[in-house]
Amino acid sequence: MNIKIKKLLSIILAFAVVIGGLDFAGRLLEPKYMSGILEGAMIGEYYDDPTSHDVVFIGDCELYENISPVYLYENYGINSYVRGSAQQLIWQSYYLAEETIKREKPKAIVFNVLSMKYDEPQNEAYNRMTLDGMKWSMSKVNSIKASMTEEENFIEYVFPLLRYHSRWSDLNSDDFKYLYHRDKVAFNGYYMRVDVKAAESVPEGKPLADYAFGDNAYKYLDKLTKLCKDNGVRLILVKAPTQYPYWYPEWDKQMVDYAKANGLDYINFLDKADEIGLDWSQDTYDGGLHLNLSGAEKMSDYFGKILLEDYDIPDRSGEEEVARYWDGVIDRYEAEIARQETNLEKYGKVNPEE
Amino acid sequence: MLFTSYEFLGFLLAVFVIYYLLPGKAQWPFLLLASYVFYFIADPRYLIFIALTSVTTFYGAKIISDKKESFAGWFADHKKEMEKEERKAAKAKEHKGEKKIFLAILLLNLGILAVTKYTNFTIANINSLISAFGNAEGLSFVNLVIPMGISFYTFQSMGYLIDVYNGKFPAQKNLFKFALFVSFFPQLVQGPISRYADLSQTLFEEHRANFKTISFGLERILWGFFKKLVIADRILVPVKAIIADPGSYNGFYAFAGAMFYALELYCDFTGGIDITIGVAETMGIKVTENFIRPYFSKNIKEYWNRWHITMGTWFTDYIFYPISASQFMMKVSKKSRALLGNNIGKRVPVYLSSFIVWFTTGIWHGASWNFIVWGLGNFVVIMISQELDPFYRWFHSKVNVAGTTGWKAFQIIRTVLIMSSLRMFDCYRDVPLTFKMFASIFADFRLSQLNLQAFIDMGITAQDYLVVFVGLIILFAVSMIQRSGSVREKIYGLAALPQFVIYYSLFMITIIFGAYGIGFEASQFIYNQF
Repeated sequence: MNIKIKKLLSIILAFAVVIGGLDFAGRLLEPKYMSGILEGAMIGEYYDDPTSHDVVFIGDCELYENISPVYLYENYGINSYVRGSAQQLIWQSYYLAEETIKREKPKAIVFNVLSMKYDEPQNEAYNRMTLDGMKWSMSKVNSIKASMTEEENFIEYVFPLLRYHSRWSDLNSDDFKYLYHRDKVAFNGYYMRVDVKAAESVPEGKPLADYAFGDNAYKYLDKLTKLCKDNGVRLILVKAPTQYPYWYPEWDKQMVDYAKANGLDYINFLDKADEIGLDWSQDTYDGGLHLNLSGAEKMSDYFGKILLEDYDIPDRSGEEEVARYWDGVIDRYEAEIARQETNLEKYGKVNPEE
Repeated sequence: MLFTSYEFLGFLLAVFVIYYLLPGKAQWPFLLLASYVFYFIADPRYLIFIALTSVTTFYGAKIISDKKESFAGWFADHKKEMEKEERKAAKAKEHKGEKKIFLAILLLNLGILAVTKYTNFTIANINSLISAFGNAEGLSFVNLVIPMGISFYTFQSMGYLIDVYNGKFPAQKNLFKFALFVSFFPQLVQGPISRYADLSQTLFEEHRANFKTISFGLERILWGFFKKLVIADRILVPVKAIIADPGSYNGFYAFAGAMFYALELYCDFTGGIDITIGVAETMGIKVTENFIRPYFSKNIKEYWNRWHITMGTWFTDYIFYPISASQFMMKVSKKSRALLGNNIGKRVPVYLSSFIVWFTTGIWHGASWNFIVWGLGNFVVIMISQELDPFYRWFHSKVNVAGTTGWKAFQIIRTVLIMSSLRMFDCYRDVPLTFKMFASIFADFRLSQLNLQAFIDMGITAQDYLVVFVGLIILFAVSMIQRSGSVREKIYGLAALPQFVIYYSLFMITIIFGAYGIGFEASQFIYNQF
C-alpha cells in the first residue's frame, strides 16, 4: 500500500477512535433516568411518536402527572402528547412549543401557567431534564441560552461528557444496559402513579412581598401567545387542580386579565375540582401535589369533554395508523398499571427497588 | 480567564489558528494584541499598570543603553588623550548618570508593586502597633487594584533593566516588542520569570507550523491539565477542609493536610507551568523551564535549585549577588572578621545577604507575616544545614551510608517533610496558628485519627482518593523516566500506535477524572495571586 494512503488511513482511524471513544464515554456517563427519577427521559420520547397530534400539553409536572393522553384517546379519540418535564420553566415551554410547531401542526397547545412564578433560571438539574432530551435545533439552542444558571456553560450541553464526566463513580448496571437504547418511561408524556397518599393538611401559601409575575415570564408568555396566533394554533392556558404549590388569587387574577386582554381561554381547574369529581383522599399519590392515575383519569375525562365540545378537537379513533400506534401505548399502559398494582399489593409501594 | 476555563481554551484555539494564518512578520504583533486582550478580559484597569511598567522600563533601559553606547564611542575616541584618573572619573560620571535613571525606573516600578500589594499589609501592621499602645483608632484600609501577575511582570521587567544597566546586552529598540516580552499571555499570570536574553530568542521570530513542535506543545498542555485537574483540584478539597477547621483537624490530620498541600501545590504550580510552556511551544516559542523534579531533591539548597527555578535565580542574580558584592557588605565583612574572627566573621555577610534574599522572597509571595516567616524559615533551615556540614562529613566518615539507596531515600523524604512543614505557613491564617498546628502533629497525634471515614468527611470520596493515589503513581513513574531524558522525546521515538494509546489515554483520563465543571469549585492557580 502506498505510504501516503497508509498514513491517511491511520489518521482517519485515529480520529474515528477518538470520536468513538468520546461518544462511548459520553453515552456511558450521561444519566439514563430509567429508574428512580424518570422525568429526565420524557422529553426525548416525544420524537418516537410518528403520529401528528391535535393537542399538545406543554408544561411542568402539573400536566405530565395530571393528564393521561391514553385516557383521552381511549375515551374521546383525542390524539395528544404531553411535552412535560420537571420544573419546566416558561421559556423552556415556549421553545418546546416552537419546536413542536416546526414539526407538526396541533390544533391546540395547552400550557399550564404555574411556571409564570419563575422569572429567572432556577436549577441546573431540572434544566438538564428538559433540555438534554431535546433534539438539536435553534429552539434547543435558544432554550439552553435562556435557561442556563450562572454555573452552567453552553459547551457542556454541546458535549455532555464535560458535564457528566464526574459520574464515573456513580455508574450502575443501568448505565451499561441503556448505552444505546432507552425503555419508554411515560405514556405519551404521562407519568403514571397508581398509589394513594391522601391530601390531609395542605399548607396555605405564605404571604408574598410582590405577587406580580416577572417581566421575563410575561415576555415568554407573550411570545407563546404570538407563536400560537401566527401559526393558527389555539393556546389554552390552564391551572391544574393540584393543591400545592399554592396558587394565589393574585396570580389567578393576573392570568384571568392576561387571557382576557389577549383573547385566550384560561381554565383554572382548581375551581372545578368538585365538578371533576376529585377526591383528595383517593386521587393523589403525594398528599395533593400531584394526581395519581385515578385523579389523572378523572381530570382527563373532564378536560376531554371540553376539548371535544369547545375546541373542535377531532375524534381520530377510527384512523388505522393512529390506532396502531395507540395499541402499543395502551398495552404498555395496562402492563404498567398491573405492575404497579402488584407491587403495591406485595411490597406496599409501586417501585420497591427505590 | 482561568487557564482551566472553557473561555481560555477557546481563546487559545483562536490565537493559535490566527497566529499560524498570519504572515511571519505579523505574528509577534498579533501575540502582543492577544496578550493585551487576555489582560483586558481579566480587568481593563490592569492594562494601565502593565503599560506603565512596559513604557517606563523600555525608555529607561533605552536611555541607559544609548548613553552606554555613546559613552563607549566617546571613550574609545578620547581614551588615549586621558590620564588614568581622568578615565576613571569619566567612567564614574557616566555610571552616575546611568545609575540615576536606573534607580528612578527601578524605584518607580518597585514602588507600584509595593503600593498595590503591600499598602494594606503595612496599614495592618501600623494599626497593630497603634493598638499595642492602647489606641483603638487605626488607619483605614484602602481599596487598591492589585493587577494580575504584577509580581511576575515587574520582576521580569526589572531583571531586564538590571541586565541592560549592567551592560549584558543592549536595550530592545522596539517598544512593542518589549511590551510583548513583559505581557506574553501564557506566562503573564504565574511565570516563569523569563529572562529577556532567553525569551527574546524565539518570541519575535517568525514561526511556521511544525507538527513535532505543535504536538509536543499540546502534549505538555495535556500533562499540565492532568496534574491540575485530576490531582491538584481534587486533593484541594480535603486541604481546604483541614485548613478551615484547625480545631478538629489537628494531629495526624494537620500532617496529612501538609502532605496533601505539598502534592496540591506541586501539581497546581507545575501543571500551570506545563500549560504555559506548552502553549508557548505550540507557537514555536521557548519558555524557560521552572522545575526539575524538585521532590527528588536531597537537601533544601538543591530543592531551591529545582523548584521555581526562575524565581530562585532571579533573587540570586539580582539581589543576593549585588548585595553580597556591595560596598556596605564589604565593610560588614571587614568589621565582622575583626570582631568575630575569620571563621565566623566571613559568614556574617553571606548570612546577612541570605537573610535579605529570603525575607524578600517571602514577602514577594504575599503580603502577610506567614510568607515572611516562611521565607525566613527557609533561611534558617539552609543556614543550619550549612552549619551542620562538618557534622555530616564526620558522620559519613564513621557510617558508610552515603550513596546507598536507603540514605538517598531518607534524604529525599527528609527534604519533602521539611519543605511541607514550612509550607504550612501558606495554609493557616496566621503565624501563631501555624506553629500551633505544627506542634499538634506531635502533641495531638492519635491513632483514632487514622480513619478513612474522617477523610471522606472532608469532602471527597474514597474513589477520589484512589484517583489521587493512581495519579501520584503516574507522576512518580513519569518523573523516574524523566531522569534519563525527555519523556516526550522517548514517546516520540515509539511506534505510532503506542504513542497514540499513551496520549489518548491521558486525554480521556483528564476529561473523565478531572475535577472540573459543576460540582467542583473552579480553582485559580495558586501562583496567580503572587
